[in-house]
Formats: sequence, structure tokens, C-alpha cells
Amino acid sequence: MNLKPSRLAVLFVAAWIIVYFALEPATISFVSLLSLPPDSRLTEAIRFFVYEAPKVLLLLTIVVFVVGIIRSYFSPERTRQILGKRSLFLGNILASMLGIVTPFCSCSAVPLFIGFVETGIPLGVTFSFLIAAPMINEVAVVLLFGLFGWKTALIYVTTGLAIAISSGFVIGRLRVERFVEEWVYTVKSQNLTLDSNPTFDDRVRAGFVAVRDIVSKVWVYVLIGIGVGAGVHGYVPENFLAGIMGKSAWWSVPVSVLIGVPLYSNAAGIIPIVHALLEKGASLGTALAFMMSVIGLSLPEMIILRKVLKLPLILIFVVVVAVGIIIVGYLFNFIY
Amino acid sequence: MPEKVRVQVLGVGCSKCKALEEKIRSLAARHRLSIDIEKVSDLHEIMKYGIMMTPGLVIDGVLKNYGNIPTDDQLLKWIKGAS
Repeated sequence: MNLKPSRLAVLFVAAWIIVYFALEPATISFVSLLSLPPDSRLTEAIRFFVYEAPKVLLLLTIVVFVVGIIRSYFSPERTRQILGKRSLFLGNILASMLGIVTPFCSCSAVPLFIGFVETGIPLGVTFSFLIAAPMINEVAVVLLFGLFGWKTALIYVTTGLAIAISSGFVIGRLRVERFVEEWVYTVKSQNLTLDSNPTFDDRVRAGFVAVRDIVSKVWVYVLIGIGVGAGVHGYVPENFLAGIMGKSAWWSVPVSVLIGVPLYSNAAGIIPIVHALLEKGASLGTALAFMMSVIGLSLPEMIILRKVLKLPLILIFVVVVAVGIIIVGYLFNFIY
Repeated sequence: MPEKVRVQVLGVGCSKCKALEEKIRSLAARHRLSIDIEKVSDLHEIMKYGIMMTPGLVIDGVLKNYGNIPTDDQLLKWIKGAS
């Protein structure tokens, strides 16, 4: 029997809810079955892992599913249309927010850049999009929410948006058009004539495909991340990193960003490290700055963008975003 | 002997582009399709089609899909429709 995707989705969501609410009692009875010594570090670590791992994976699955459906309503073409008519500052705000929901992968950065420029979207607005799209994504948000709570997730999203908006705005004001490779301005592409009129079932299918693609790729990192949080717990002194990555070390934010910029990882890969850093006394601002610089800026992406941007503009791009991340890092170290 | 269907995969080397190419090759082998598959990684060429997401799929010069990997059935329909 072939179920319609929308019916399958109803079953999926129902099953998800049941599993989610059965999780806590199931975990408690599972751990008690193990008859571990009470109040030992190992018991705590195992309990943490057994409860957190399925919970975060479950959250990830449902959020990726829903975001997959939402994304099917936002194509780059549509985003381009929305952004085409906007003034600079409002355009930056919209571009950053659309960067979150428009489907994007860094290998599509170049075609997307050209497509935006071709329609006359200001460079600064285009950059806001290119900064927000990789940095703020559902995997990062779910992991931060699941492991560190909703406040951290919210802080990440709002500061990420602020960086994307302001960096794009600054780049827009710098009049950098001459640093775009000339050939980009000569591209004349045909109008897309693809007749795509997806039904709701198609959109639900897109949600399932997103779950398959993303969850199959990141679950390992999620488990490692939670394992690090659970395992290292008892064995590395609590404030091991406080001296070098705590609030008192003023240089820790720029150094983290400097290390993070050339590194590349997806959100799922970096969270285990952030988890370990926070556990061991790194301050929130420093850890977030590190995470943002790793997933927001990367050497491979710069090499791809070099095809359309001249070196000075790549440097401006990196410096402006890095400075934004550093400011955010200091801000949080100052507030918390 | 029918003429070969010209299949082009547009992309600058992302993982999805490679996956799509692989998928079409294995599909063609399984169904004994007579196709000529070509990988297009030149940006000028890619941008002519106006796509903003890769991979793009062009069959006999007509853009059929972009941004994701279509299902086997969908690919078969397009390729057979062109031959």
C-alpha cells in the first residue's frame, strides 16, 4: 500500500508525540534496570546520555521535517523577487531573515550570488543573505536548544541575525562593486521556465527528504556531542579552561575567532566542541564566537567565492563579519 | 539505433551534483538507457540556465530540474520522454 505523504506525515507526527512523551518514564525505568550505584558520577553520566541523546535526536527530526516543509515555500527565485525592490537597510533585515528559511548550501553560493547581482539586488543585501544562510540553521538551533536551553538558542539566532544585518549594511556602504569580477555583470541568463507547482504532498515529501538527508548526516555528531558532555563531565576539572577561555582572559574572543575562521564544519560537527568548552569553564561569549566563526566563515567558501569576488572584497567580507562576531562575543562575556 | 539522449548535470563539484551524476549513471545501466552524460562545471554555462541552486539537470538542452536530486521515476520519465 502506498500512503500519501500527507497521511504519512500525520502518522509520523502522532508517533513522534507518543515517543517524545514516553521518553522520560522509559529512560527512568531503563536506568533503574541497569542498577547502577546511586549518586555516582558514572550513573549521572549514563543518565544524562540516555535521556539527552534520544531527546535531541527526536527534536532534530521534527524540526528538520517542519523546516523542510517551510523551505519548500521559499525558493531562491522568490527570495530574489522579494529582495529586488528593497532599500538598503530594510533589505539587509529581510535578506538575513530570508537567509534562514531559503534552501541554501555553500556550494550554491556562487550561482546564487550571480543570480542576485543580475537582478540588481544591492551587494550589501546579498551579503546579508550569504552571512545568515550558513550561520543560522535549524540544526544549530535545535542542538543549542536541546543541550543548552532556549535562551542560548535565542541568543544565537538574534546575534547571528544582528551580525548578518550589520555586516551586510557596512559592506553595502563601502561601495565595493568594483571588487566584483567583471564577468559577473555580463551574465545574462534565460528566465527560468520550470513549471513547478508543488502540491502539499510534494512539500511534505520534501520534509521527509530533508529528514533523511540531514539526520542521516548529523546524528553521529549529535551522539558524540552529548557523549562529550556526559563523559568528560567527571574527568576533567570543572574550570579547566576558565583561565584561557573564561571571561577574565580578554584575548580569548579574538583568538577563538581567529582559529575558527579558516576552520570549516557544519553546526552538528562543532557543537560537541562547544559543549566541551562550555562544560570546562569557557565563557558563553567566547564559545559562541568560536562556533559562529567556524560555521559562518570558512576557507572553502572563500575559495568558492573567489570566482566572483576579487581578493580585496573577500578580505573585507571576512574582516567585517569577524569583527561583528568578536563584538558579539565580548558583549556576552560582559553581560553574563 | 535511437539517438542518444544528452544529459547534462550542472554543478561546480558539490556532493549533491556528484550524487546526481552517479544516480543517473546507475539508472541508465539498470534500464539500458542510451544516454550521453556530461558534467558541466563552467560557471558561464551554468548561469545561462538561470539557476541559483545546484545541481541542475538539463536533458537535450532543456532544463528539467535544479537544487535537488529527483526520484528514479521522475528521472526515467524525463529521459524516456526525450528519446
